[in-house]
Parts: sequence; structure tokens; C-alpha cells
Amino acid sequence: MYQYNNDDQTLIEQRVAQFRRQTESFLKGQISDDQFRALRLMNGLYVQTHAPMLRIAGPYGLFNSKQIRKLAHIARTYDKNYCHFTTRQNVQFNWPQLEQVPDILEELASVQMHAIQTSGNCLRNTSSDHLAGVCIDEIEDPRPYCEIIRQWTTLHPEFAYLPRKFKIAVSGAQYDRAATQLHDIGLHLVKNDTGEIGFKVLVGGGLGRTPIIGQVIKPYLEKKHLLSYLEAILRIYNLFGRRDNKYKARIKILVKESGMEQFSELVEKEWLLIRDNLELDAARIEAIKSQFAPPAYETNAAPDTSFAQYHLENKAFATWVKYNTAVHKIPGYRAVFLSLKAPDSPPGDITDTQLDAVADLADQYSFGEVRSTHRQNLILADVKQADLFSLWQKLDTLKLATPNNGTATDIICCPGLDFCSLANAGTISVTKEINEALDDLDYLHDIGDVKINMSGCMNGCAHQSVGHIGILGVDKKGVEWYQLTLGGSSENEAAIGERLGPAIAKDQVTKAITTILDVYIKQRLDDESFLDMVKRVGITPFKEQVYANN
Amino acid sequence: MQIIKDNQIIDDSWSYIADDAELKDGDISVSLARWKKDKQLLLKSDRKIGIRIGPTDSAEDIVADLNDIQLIELDFPAFADGRIFSHAWLLRGRYNYQGEIRATGHFMRDQVFYLSRVGVNAFSLEKTEDLPMALSNLNDFSVNYQKSIR
Repeated sequence: MYQYNNDDQTLIEQRVAQFRRQTESFLKGQISDDQFRALRLMNGLYVQTHAPMLRIAGPYGLFNSKQIRKLAHIARTYDKNYCHFTTRQNVQFNWPQLEQVPDILEELASVQMHAIQTSGNCLRNTSSDHLAGVCIDEIEDPRPYCEIIRQWTTLHPEFAYLPRKFKIAVSGAQYDRAATQLHDIGLHLVKNDTGEIGFKVLVGGGLGRTPIIGQVIKPYLEKKHLLSYLEAILRIYNLFGRRDNKYKARIKILVKESGMEQFSELVEKEWLLIRDNLELDAARIEAIKSQFAPPAYETNAAPDTSFAQYHLENKAFATWVKYNTAVHKIPGYRAVFLSLKAPDSPPGDITDTQLDAVADLADQYSFGEVRSTHRQNLILADVKQADLFSLWQKLDTLKLATPNNGTATDIICCPGLDFCSLANAGTISVTKEINEALDDLDYLHDIGDVKINMSGCMNGCAHQSVGHIGILGVDKKGVEWYQLTLGGSSENEAAIGERLGPAIAKDQVTKAITTILDVYIKQRLDDESFLDMVKRVGITPFKEQVYANN
Repeated sequence: MQIIKDNQIIDDSWSYIADDAELKDGDISVSLARWKKDKQLLLKSDRKIGIRIGPTDSAEDIVADLNDIQLIELDFPAFADGRIFSHAWLLRGRYNYQGEIRATGHFMRDQVFYLSRVGVNAFSLEKTEDLPMALSNLNDFSVNYQKSIR
């Protein structure tokens, strides 16, 4: 993975010094709440219900074991012994003290980490495919381009005060695991007719109050033009994006209101004026690529027979392999998902002890690297099949081996009313109740691939509108209600879920979910997936059952 | 009143003349509307002229006048209005304006580093006591990742 050079290190250290001064000025009353708000947000610091929340960047979801240990240390020293992984591969601490945040940032800088632009109306952390570099459907590894974009976005002087937040995701595979169609800019590495690899550029996707699927603005962009094209889009957005209403300020609204044709004309015109001055040097691309060279895989991994033996003899192990590991491009290796969705713990949360243990396992089994996923789990991407059994046993002891990856209890969930000052409704307790109702693993596995996403408010941090089943918490006269949607997807055939009917009461949510899953079990054809069935029959059969008693 | 110009704290020689105020002696800046209305009159005298533009104006509005003016004031109605940053970049980077570009209005001293990178070379702060700190803020970072003006 990418290692900082002296300039990278200098920049984040100077950023820490800058934020320390800003915090001191604020505490002395020299800058206003409003001014400090903008400055702290661009350092990932929110003011939440109980305490500030600090969001730390996980650049395209990649961490080394040293960084994971640092997160454990921060959780222990400055927080309540845990942290939370987000849908954009970042990490959140829910209980830091404002006065201590500069110290936390200094600790992070010592391991090449930061919280720069993880919030605020600016260019956010770039996210990517959690199986980048190891999956079998890859056209090209997207991570070097993510790093190039990370550098370009970091402290960009012209685009630090945008109309609204701006998120970029990059995918290099056939199958989109990075929700690129739901980002302000989505980039896909694609091959053109002559076999050269470049980018398909999508723009104007996004979730929140007005979920919109991104549209293609450039079917093929040469790699050397990556940064000039991004700059052209950003300049047009910065100049013409709406600033009169924060709910209409995302680029998706600009694209929608001006029409794709007019918007792309503006971008094209701007791009032609700047592109020759901003070419990405092939040598620079190669230099960054060299930092993502594959690790030293062992050539004798595939002939191992112990894995097949354990797989045959131990049903629980075989089940875990089926759900929580993924095929790897190198024979004899697999990518391992560490489930942060144990039934009794909040989705995406992990303790300091677990973090330390994960760092050790990464060192022992996976070249010292850990990844975070869009669905709020972790990955050890390069594990030899011969090591899987012992790794599984250790993960099981750590409560990180719940075999529910990609199932109905692998719920994406925001912190909700328990922590977030924006939330209208609780999410963690509802998740827990759903988990309890779906505690029969055979039943869960029979249901198969169902993605449930739950957000505690319209801002949609947990991407409920693209969940196969979406749950949105709403406030009705001070009471928590929940709006269900069906049929959403953030994958290749991205779709916004359809509203099932009127919002339901908190104590009815779990029953509604199990009813929906029962309808699926009864009416599915052969091995038809939940999403395919919703596409085939629509929402009516589900609606009839969920609202049967009303 | 003092300002920062070209990395130094200096006395300001310019006055901004409001749209409904009488012109006065010395170097003056006016709004884009007044410039358009009184351009001929303003150009008759041999004093220096500046134009003040805001985020809703566009750099293209004054491209034809760049040879006639010695100052462009980029006026922030609110510090979060980032259009100003693109205006500065366009004036310096695309239209090659060589005169003074000054940030005025409601911006923060924590923004002077970014502003200087997109081509702003003078800063009129709301509080003059902030000038020494703002001068040091121009050096908040010694490295950067992007090609911009500076």
C-alpha cells in the first residue's frame, strides 16, 4: 500500500499544527461558532448529541496493522474503547473531547493517517472496491488512481468551499462493489475498442433526500486526463451549483436542473481549455502503481490439502468459508471478511481489544494489511487457504466470525438517534431486534443475499434508499416511525427502492421484515434471489402481507 | 487602514466608493454595476481604478476591462461562498490579469493560504488586529499536491 514520502508527512503534520491553532483560537473566543464549524468539519469533527464525533479517513478502505493498532490506542486513550466503521470506509470515534482532538490528530499523523476533509462542503475521502487488487473480475487495480485522486483532493485550494459535500468512488472491476453510481462522481476503469484502459465517468449520483443514480458524462476518458476532467467538473459545480438551499446544493441537482446535455457541454468546454496543462504523467502513474505491487504470494499455496479436509469435516467452518470468504485471483488464497455484525453488537462497531487482535492476525496471515468495506465489515485480503481454519478459530473467539456476510443480518446501519444529532429515530435497537428474530442461521442462509440498510434520518448515511430492503427512521410528532422501501440496489443494476406503504411503528418493524422475508421464501422461484423476485412481482405481494392487519 | 499585499502589511491607498456615494480623490474602486454605468467618466481621470465583484458576478464580465484597471476586489458576502476562489483562479490563470487581486468582506484569516494559492495577492481583513497572524497563515503549508496559480 501507499507509503508517505517526506512531503506527504510534512503536509499532514502542518495540518495538525493548523488545527491546533484553530482549536485554541476557538476556545479563546477569537473565532465564531460558525467559522469554527467549517474549519472543524474539514477536519472530520462534528458536534453530536453527547460529545464531538471525529471521523478519520480510511483512504479507499486501506489500513496497515500499525494504523489499526493506533485506532485501538485512540479508542482506549481518548474514547470509550471502541470505534465505528462507516459506509465510506472511514472510522468514527463517538466520544472524544474537543480539547484533545489536536492530540488525536497528532497521534494519527505519526502513522500516516488524518481526518482531512472527512466532512464539510468539500472534496471527501475517495472510496473504492474492497476487493481491489485481489478479485477475479478486475480490469485494473483502482487503488493507484484513488491515491492520485486522494492527493489531488487534499487541501485543494479552489474547491474547499463547495456548495455541498462531494464524494468520488472508483471501481476497477466488472462488478461494482463501490456504489459508484451513487456518488457525485463515479469512475470505472474500462477498456476501449483498441484494448486501452481508461475511465468511464459518471456524474450526479447521490443518496440523501433526493436519491439519484449517476449518469455517464464521458464514456471513455484517457488516464492522462483524469485530473483535468475532475477539475473541469468541479469548477463548473463550484461556480454554478446552487448555494441558496442546502437541500438542492449537491451536484445531482445541478445536473438535473440544467439537464445532462447542457451540463456536459459546460464541462467539456472548460476541460478543453485546461487539459493540456494538467496531463497526468505516465511516469507518475507508474510510480504510484509500484506502491500497490502485489505482496509476495507463496507459490505453494494451492497444493495444500488441509483446507479441503477441514472443509469436509467441519460444517460450521464450511459455512463460514461459504459466506465470509471470497475467491482470490491467486490460486490457494482467499479474501476473508471479518463480520462487524455480531448479533448483539451495533453494526460496524469494533472494540480496542478486537482491533489489536485484528492487527496481529493481519500481520500473521495477510501481509499486515486490513481493509474496510462499504457494508461496514473488515477484510483480510490475502489469506492462504491452509491458514483459513486456524484464522477462523481465532476470529470466532473474537466474535468476528458470524457467518452472515451478504445476508439479512449484515445490516448497514448509521448510529441513529443514540448518537447523532441529525437523527429522527433509533437504529441500533431495531437492528438488534431484527438480529434476534433472524437468529436461526439455516433460515438466514436459506434467505441468502438480502441487503438491509437502515438510516435514522433523511440524510441517508446508511444508504437505505438502495437497500434491497430499506428502513428509514422518521419523526412523527416526537414518535419514531419507520418507512420501508423494497428493491433498491447500489450494485451494477443500481436502483432506488420503492416505498412499501405508510410508515410503521417501531415495535412493528421486525415483524414487517420477517413478513417480507416469509413472502419471499413462499413465492420465490427455484434459486431466485430476493432482489430478482421483487423485480418480477413488484411490491404488492409484500405490501398485502405487511399491512394485512391494518 | 492597513492590509496585506504581496506578503507585507502596508497602508491601503484605495477607497471603495459605494454606488450612491460621490466620487472622491485618489485611487478608487467601484462596483461592477457602477463601472458599467460610469466607465467613460471614471477613465477620464488619471487615477487608478479598481472593480469590486462578488460571487454572483462572473470573471468574464470584466475580461474586456482588465487593461484599464489596477485592482480587482473579490468581495465575500459570507466566508463559505467558494465561487470567489474560482473567480480568482480564472482571472489569474485564464485571463492572465497581472494587477492586484484583493480579498475583501467576510472571509476568515484561515482562508488566506488557499486564496493566495488561487492568485489573490492582497487581503483586507475585517479586523486589522488579525493582520500579523494572517501574514503567518500565508505560510500554513510548505507543500501542496495540486497545480494552481501558486
